[in-house]
Amino acid sequence: MSEVQFSDDAVASAIQAEGWRPGPLLPVLHAIQDRIGHVPPEAVPVIAKALNLSRADVHGVISFYHHFRTAPAGRHVVRICVAEACQAMGANALRDHAKSSLRVGFHETTADGAISLEPVYCLGNCACSPSVMVDDDLFGRVSPERFDVLMRGLGETR
Amino acid sequence: MTITVYVPRDSSAISLGADAVASAIVAEAVKRGASVRLVRNGSRGLLWLEPMVEVATSNGRMAYGPVTPADVHSLFENDFLHGGEHPLGLGATEKIPYLENQERLTFARVGIVDPLSLDDYLTSGGYRGLERALEIGGAATVQAVADSGLRGRGGAAFPAGIKWKTVLETQADQKYVVCNADEGDSGTFSDRMIMEGDPFVLIEGMTIAGIALGATQGYIYVRSEYPYAEATLEQSIASARERGYLGDNILQSGQRFNLEVRRGAGAYICGEETSLLESLEGKRGVIRFKPPLPAIQGLFGKPTLINNVISLASVPVILDKGAEFYRHYGMGRSRGTLPFQLAGNIKHGGLVEKAFGLTLRELLYDYGGGSATGRPIRAVQVGGPLGAYLPVSQFDTPLDYEAFAGISAMIGHGGVVAFDDTVDMAQMARYAMEFCAIESCGKCTPCRIGSVRGVEVIDKIIVGKNRDANIALLRDLCDTMLNGSLCALGGMTPYPIVSALEHFPEDFGARRQDKAA
Repeated sequence: MSEVQFSDDAVASAIQAEGWRPGPLLPVLHAIQDRIGHVPPEAVPVIAKALNLSRADVHGVISFYHHFRTAPAGRHVVRICVAEACQAMGANALRDHAKSSLRVGFHETTADGAISLEPVYCLGNCACSPSVMVDDDLFGRVSPERFDVLMRGLGETR
Repeated sequence: MTITVYVPRDSSAISLGADAVASAIVAEAVKRGASVRLVRNGSRGLLWLEPMVEVATSNGRMAYGPVTPADVHSLFENDFLHGGEHPLGLGATEKIPYLENQERLTFARVGIVDPLSLDDYLTSGGYRGLERALEIGGAATVQAVADSGLRGRGGAAFPAGIKWKTVLETQADQKYVVCNADEGDSGTFSDRMIMEGDPFVLIEGMTIAGIALGATQGYIYVRSEYPYAEATLEQSIASARERGYLGDNILQSGQRFNLEVRRGAGAYICGEETSLLESLEGKRGVIRFKPPLPAIQGLFGKPTLINNVISLASVPVILDKGAEFYRHYGMGRSRGTLPFQLAGNIKHGGLVEKAFGLTLRELLYDYGGGSATGRPIRAVQVGGPLGAYLPVSQFDTPLDYEAFAGISAMIGHGGVVAFDDTVDMAQMARYAMEFCAIESCGKCTPCRIGSVRGVEVIDKIIVGKNRDANIALLRDLCDTMLNGSLCALGGMTPYPIVSALEHFPEDFGARRQDKAA
């Protein structure tokens, strides 16, 4: 109950903070996800009513963009770049290593709820490939060994 | 005497540990009682040397790199604060050949100034372009952009002057200036480096555009993968507003221009201009039919100038130094400079701003130093995921829009991704189709369905199932996508695939086609 209450407040405050902008839907969705980590399905009718949109409009936008998630992620989101420049420097091997060492696939979360693993198509760090983003922190020249060190660092805050 | 030490705040430098290096320098300085002023500058673009630390000495700035926190103690021991010798010493920054031989117009300030300091911007020639624009008025400003020969740096290379003129001449109660900072092409990072390393030059360029065209509101659409760039822009916009460089009465001219940053949400297609406008309006990033052109009916149905970061960031120097100065650089119909980005499997990756006309080979070997792995470079993809793969035999092509079009390739946003001889070009072709399938907005059939079928056909080719027939089918599919798609995503995905088939048929298990036939 308290959790639902929390997300209701987050949704309301996000709408209040961003809803005045022209074309407000993306800023509102970002504000919600920034606050609670995802955009819960029960927020859709609330957003639709506040912004004078249909629920289908809101759902359609959430589902169109890779960035928005409708369920909570792990405590950390680890994104591995799999675009061409990183592939040229071993991103596919890093991807395979990450999947086997964390025992998850892309778009999955480790059993302890610590890490969600995602692919990403370019982090703009293409001269320092392969690149990985952990939450909002960027890492370059990530070898499988460096990846393990990074993950162990997260383990301490799991 | 206080000594200024520079440690970049650029994402790439941070990704290699610049923050820890900066902290270590401050801690060591405190320990030794040395008076140090730390400036977090942008990156000089010599990314294989990051984190590259610079010190301001009486002989100019001296560089050291790549520096790790463990090196900091010995740097102080060797008196790097006065340019002392050290194994990581690179000498005077400006004399490093990689940098010295560049022609930096758009990137003139990046790596030199404190990107968050409006005073640094002003003392290094900032806002002279805006002053000039206010002096000569809107029509002359637009003419200067047209005369400079500037073409859209986002990838399409459409003449900027024509876009500007169309917006200028369209009457409306509201117009907009939109900056496309959805830099999604793999192998490109010049937009990011400008936003993180010299955000005011972009703000100035957009302000010049707004005032010239009568647009009072601007938006910068930044991809969500660039959190550092977004934060830098937000801070810089606040400073500009506070000091009267944005707002309702810019430099007491009576002109109004406001600017807002909007975050994308991880959709590659939103780099396509009409899709970006849909996204800004709060919709799915589905592309629009053209016409109407955005310059006539753009954001919220109003005339909108939509240009890439580098295009807009090149406007201040054009206004300040004149259209003639800018168009003096380059070759043929490719005027000015382009910040090329050397990426992937390359020894000296980084940013190289040069006039159009140098060859790919010069870029790859004179600047890039060959592959990072030391193996031969086998293929190079120029222009992002929709750009062709070029074999060694095409490395002498000059970097010029028309020369590249002539070999069925494109320069695009200037990204150059190198691959060594371990690359499997059939897998790269498959990836191109897969990427199109993941990122298609779904509006047109050739892109939405074609890309899915394309992956399947390439999979059959890879396992050798009816290989010749399936290669013919793949070529036919590429032809359909190229001619039948609504935008460049479906329309240009065939470029990497067909070029891979043409130049590297052995990777598809195919016989090399008889060129004479």
